[in-house]
Amino acid sequence: MAVIEIIDLSRIYGKGEISVRALDGVNLSIERGEFVAVMGPSGSGKSTLMNIVGCLDRPTEGRYILDSVEVSEMSRAQLATIRNEQIGFIFQSYNLFNKATALKNVMAPMLYDRSRKRSNEEKEARAREVLISVGLEDRMEHEPTELSGGQQQRVAIARALVNDPAIILADEPTGNLDSRSGEEIMELMHELHQGGRTIVMVTHDASIAEHTERTIFLRDGRIERITKGGTVQETKEVASESV
Amino acid sequence: MNLSEFIRLAWESISGNKMRSLLTMLGIIIGVASVIIMIGISAGTEAAIEEQITGLGSNLVFVTRNFSRGGPAAFRQGGGLVYEDASAIADNVNGVVAVIVEQPSTETVKAGNVVLDGVAIRGSTADFPSVRDIEIDNGRYFTEREVDRTQKVAVLGSSLAQELFGEATPIGQTVTVDNIKLTVIGVFEERGLVSGTDFDAQLYTPITVVFQKFTPSQFARFRGDRVRAIIVEVEGPDVLDSTIQQIELLLARRHDVTLDAADFSVTTQQDIIQTQEATTAAFRSLLAWVAGVSLIVGGIGIMNIMLVTVTERTREIGIRQAIGAAPDDIRWQFLTEAVVLSLAGGAIGVLVGVGGSMLFGALSDMRTVVVTSSIILAFTSAAVVGIFFGFYPANRASQLDPIEALRHE
Ligand SMILES: Nc1ncnc2c1ncn2[C@@H]1O[C@H](COP(=O)(O)OP(=O)(O)OP(=O)(O)O)[C@@H](O)[C@H]1O
Ligand SMILES: [Mg+2]
Repeated sequence: MAVIEIIDLSRIYGKGEISVRALDGVNLSIERGEFVAVMGPSGSGKSTLMNIVGCLDRPTEGRYILDSVEVSEMSRAQLATIRNEQIGFIFQSYNLFNKATALKNVMAPMLYDRSRKRSNEEKEARAREVLISVGLEDRMEHEPTELSGGQQQRVAIARALVNDPAIILADEPTGNLDSRSGEEIMELMHELHQGGRTIVMVTHDASIAEHTERTIFLRDGRIERITKGGTVQETKEVASESV
Repeated sequence: MNLSEFIRLAWESISGNKMRSLLTMLGIIIGVASVIIMIGISAGTEAAIEEQITGLGSNLVFVTRNFSRGGPAAFRQGGGLVYEDASAIADNVNGVVAVIVEQPSTETVKAGNVVLDGVAIRGSTADFPSVRDIEIDNGRYFTEREVDRTQKVAVLGSSLAQELFGEATPIGQTVTVDNIKLTVIGVFEERGLVSGTDFDAQLYTPITVVFQKFTPSQFARFRGDRVRAIIVEVEGPDVLDSTIQQIELLLARRHDVTLDAADFSVTTQQDIIQTQEATTAAFRSLLAWVAGVSLIVGGIGIMNIMLVTVTERTREIGIRQAIGAAPDDIRWQFLTEAVVLSLAGGAIGVLVGVGGSMLFGALSDMRTVVVTSSIILAFTSAAVVGIFFGFYPANRASQLDPIEALRHE
């Protein structure tokens, strides 16, 4: 069963003549446990799509069904709960709190967890556990400015994982990293995928995309084609749009 | 997120930016401190006034002349109170314990080589010490007989005696008051300021002496000697009203006036206290306004800094939203920060205010009282100011769009 179901989705920025159709009638469904890469030229709408899938933004038109729940009409507060419980977002620029330690950063999402009642000790134990799982057992008390880019991104991944979300969304997670650190991060993403998580990741690197199950190519806000295991997979969309 | 977590977050942010936090709180600190100090000063003044008035002596009725009123009859008689009115009250009114008449004058006083200008002379009658609640320390006060006979005797206030005679005993000595020689027969105990009058610096002599020697106007003696005030001591509070009524009727008849147009007025200590209280209440509400305005100014300072903070921390807000903070979480975070800032400012303000009140009381001759309710009032107002002025910035933070906030540098 599809965990992400996107139907005729559009995102239009601005109004009237200066309006931009960042996404234009996108149809997409992603299965639970899938690892999907999103590629496309700059400005093609990759980040816009990720933001909507991550419930940071709402579609202008169309529907988005997450785990059989229609989220396109939800209030800001409801979206916040979904972001907290079901989605782990990883950014290109890490987006950590610079004045807090790695541990505090990873604990932060648990502050906003309304459904699980955890004591401070339990929260800290959980954060440590996740930090250890991303290989940062000896960096927990360091602030982001004292960490390398790769380490910072691992803190961000730990933070995305701490509430045990079903979906991990990563918008160019290796974009700011050198190739070695990037490979380490990719290894981590693969491990997460092996662990059964659904991952959607934006990347510019075709070799990275090759390791995923499917790659979605965006152009001008539309899905241009979807490849599976390196071969073009004809979807109904691609068939109709790319004539 | 619960309140303690919000407070912890607020505290982290405030203590992470100490200098700015302190400057932000300054307005609140000044506001709260001024509320406490101002209320302290007015409460101190009030307490001092009340003490002075009760120090006047108990159960007193003051009869004073009233120039603005008084019909043709009063004019014909020379107007106002006369010395004989006092004995008429003593003889005809029930419930009266004692009646004294006081007539002040200001003269130069000499004793040996010492010459003092502008000494307050108080002409009075024999019951003065008991009615005015003041004790003789040395010697005696003059008697009714001495008053009737215009005996040239004097009783000195304690500080006046000290100034004129130093350590030597004044009893039996002679003082010269405006060329009139008076024999000192007694010295009062220290009494201090009562209603702004320094009883210790005065010279007391029979009222008849003041009339004869120190009242220049011949007209004043045309029919009886006019006096400024007659002070009546009554038996107790329960007879106060009937005594006042009797005095009014008696004097109206004697002066040939109606009560509506009386040339005298009768007041009690209660009246005086009420007048004073009305004055201090007005004073206090003025101070409260001034202090309130400074609290509002402090609140605006907090709002200003909170708006700057929200703009500066837009990225942080975006991150919090991305990891699941709802608009309410953001609103509460910044509101808590504003309130914690205000309350911390309030707490420092209370310390400054209490310390300032004490210092002010110690360094000036004004009295200050630290009123507990003023601390509570100031502290609560600080909290209210924090909530009120913190709400707008907090609300603004909560309405930020996550994507735009994340993109903010
Ligand atoms: N807030 C906005 N207002 C107006 N236009 C916007 C806004 N955000 C994005 N766009 C436009 O929407 C289109 C898609 O932007 P998006 O950020 O999704 O591209 P992208 O595929 O992520 O590009 P990149 O690879 O450079 O990150 C672009 O043309 C962009 O200019
Ligand atoms: Mg992008």
